[in-house]
Amino acid sequence: MSELFNVSANPHVRSKDTTQTIMRDVLIALAPAAIFGIYNFGLDALLRIVIGIVTCVAAEAIYQYFMHKKVTVGDLSAAVTGLLIAMNVPPTLNVGYEILGCLFGIIIVKQLFGGLGQNFMNPALAARCFLLIAFTSPMTTFMYDGVSSATPLAVLKPGAEPGEATSLLTLFIGSHSGVIGETSAICLIIGACYLLIRKVISIKIPATYIISFALLIFFFAPGHAFDAEYMLKEVCGGGLLLGAFFMATDYVTSPITPMGKIVFGIFLGFLTFIFRMFGGSAEGVSYAIIFSNCLVPLIEKYTVPKSFGKKKVKAAPAK
Amino acid sequence: MSKCTFKGGVHPYEGKELSMDKPIVELMPEGDMVYPLSQHIGAPAVPVVAKGDHVLAGQLIAEAGGFVSANIHASVSGTVKAIEPRTLATGGKCNSIVIENDGKYEEVEYVAKKFEDLSRDEIRDRIKAAGIVGMGGAGFPTNVKLTPKNPDEIDYIIVNGCECEPYITSDYRRLLQESDNVVMGLKIALSLFDHAKGIIAIEDNKPEAIKLLREKTENEDNIEVKVMKTKYPQGGERSLIYAATGRSINSSMLPADAGCIVHNVDTIFSIYLAVIEGKPLTKRIVTVTGDGVKNPGNFYVFLGMNYRQLLEAAGGPDGEPEKFISGGPMMGFAMYSLDVPVVKGSSSLLVFKEDIVSKIESSACIRCGRCGAGCPSHLLPAKLAKLASKKDEEGFTKFDGMECVECGSCSYVCPAKRPLTQQIKAMRRTIMANRRKK
Repeated sequence: MSELFNVSANPHVRSKDTTQTIMRDVLIALAPAAIFGIYNFGLDALLRIVIGIVTCVAAEAIYQYFMHKKVTVGDLSAAVTGLLIAMNVPPTLNVGYEILGCLFGIIIVKQLFGGLGQNFMNPALAARCFLLIAFTSPMTTFMYDGVSSATPLAVLKPGAEPGEATSLLTLFIGSHSGVIGETSAICLIIGACYLLIRKVISIKIPATYIISFALLIFFFAPGHAFDAEYMLKEVCGGGLLLGAFFMATDYVTSPITPMGKIVFGIFLGFLTFIFRMFGGSAEGVSYAIIFSNCLVPLIEKYTVPKSFGKKKVKAAPAK
Repeated sequence: MSKCTFKGGVHPYEGKELSMDKPIVELMPEGDMVYPLSQHIGAPAVPVVAKGDHVLAGQLIAEAGGFVSANIHASVSGTVKAIEPRTLATGGKCNSIVIENDGKYEEVEYVAKKFEDLSRDEIRDRIKAAGIVGMGGAGFPTNVKLTPKNPDEIDYIIVNGCECEPYITSDYRRLLQESDNVVMGLKIALSLFDHAKGIIAIEDNKPEAIKLLREKTENEDNIEVKVMKTKYPQGGERSLIYAATGRSINSSMLPADAGCIVHNVDTIFSIYLAVIEGKPLTKRIVTVTGDGVKNPGNFYVFLGMNYRQLLEAAGGPDGEPEKFISGGPMMGFAMYSLDVPVVKGSSSLLVFKEDIVSKIESSACIRCGRCGAGCPSHLLPAKLAKLASKKDEEGFTKFDGMECVECGSCSYVCPAKRPLTQQIKAMRRTIMANRRKK
């Protein structure tokens, strides 16, 4: 035995979970919806998923290499971003546009702000919003079974031209048009359950988000107040479930405080309701989340938990 | 019955199976015995022997150096060889009395008394004389704890049998093998107060101890065995009081402010020894365990004994262990040398083949919030660590950094393996030092 032994500050044991295992769990949880996307849209979807992941991982590695930083693609966070970007574009999107979106998300939104943990917006959603603004038409034109078709959500939008309504069951299973990863409610819920069971995400944000949105729709949807079926279709259709479980819960861009998560969720529900009901497009989840991301520091400031045994509630520290 | 618990906490690998079924083995010491003068919180004890003096086992060799301080007794008979600074398990040096063991174990005469014959003051005096301190590690003098400002307001005396630190089984063995005396110790402590109730708190991973103590306290009206959920740090004083009584205290309060007094199992046992048998605190149970020792076990050892002997008693090192820890893996101290004495607060020697921590690389915080969810003080460790790295004392205090109990849960759960506890602890030390200067 050596004369002097290793010393270190306590604790001397660590949990097995790492950033990598968490990101791996997110990838596993996204798999059912992604696989359904491939089943639903065919090789177009597969191609876009592969391109999304490869571009994001490569962009991060190359950027870090040339900036003389430690290459951290092994933590799988870039892979998660890539998969999410692919799941958030139509299967018909020009591949070049998708690559551009990936570069925007990884380089500008994530790396320029300091890399993992420092970005104030969800990189995948920032990429989606970038694409929505830059390439509005290709991002909002949907083909299904070879014919151009409106998304179920577009048909539901107040004031929309009447179209063929999609049944609730179809929405639940997911065999309809939309972006690659959002269509199947059941697959998304399976993935979400996995994340909840593995304690990767807490139910707070998705629950408050979906419930507050659903209640607002139920009571205040223009022309559809107190219409339960309409409410369920709004919840299952579009990107709400994908956004609520997989993107609003992004650690980096959601509040760290327990109370903050609830405030964040309710605010998301409110914004999504406004954007979907009164906005220019049928979809509103992406913008709602991106918008709320920017409010996270403010929300956190006012939701600092009361420390254990503290007798008086102090005013939130000004910082 | 529902299990008591608190909000927060983590579930590290328990590791108790290595030593929980090993009966206590008494170890006879070899070589010089070392008695550091600070084995407790508060002023160091003052030596009452000089170099060359002959002492008996159980003889007072240093007396309390203040109100919050404790007596120290020789555990063997022999000659005082030196009074000099020696290294402690915590890494620092402390003035210590070194006694050359003559191997005869001649003891002073202990005055045994009957519980019924003792007045409250006599009980307190006997506890004080015996030099009993909190043996869970904090080392707070027991007689001071048992002499609160308002004795009428003490509602509960809680025996902390949680032993929530992984691996350690010394309290568990004490509960199993000396249950009668532990119950007696609690009865003695209860007798000091008019309407205090006794609670023996045991985590649910020790069903045998729960069953046994329930049997032993069946006919005791004012003693209850409460089952705690196995979770770290269930045995932390604040978490334990909350779980057992629903009362909460913060860093600026004493348990007595919530009407509670908390004692470790071995402390309660020592109260019995001191009050009934008249014996001072000269021995304790130490668990020697971990994957780096050949035969993990629980040992009844003489205070002042060398840690090397503990390692040998457990069959010696298995291979070339990389890490030696005094105490548990969550809050214990990593030792650079085994040439240190067993003191009143030494609960275990934990030996790891592999030093996992040294191989871990920390990465960027991903703001997952697990540190906050695991914090028993309901703080935001990631935020505090950030403030600590900026040396922002004001911000650190505003975010209640001084409420941290340094349990290590945040560092344990962090998926990015950030040294949160370390950063927060360092900042707390700085702030405490600055406060003392003022």
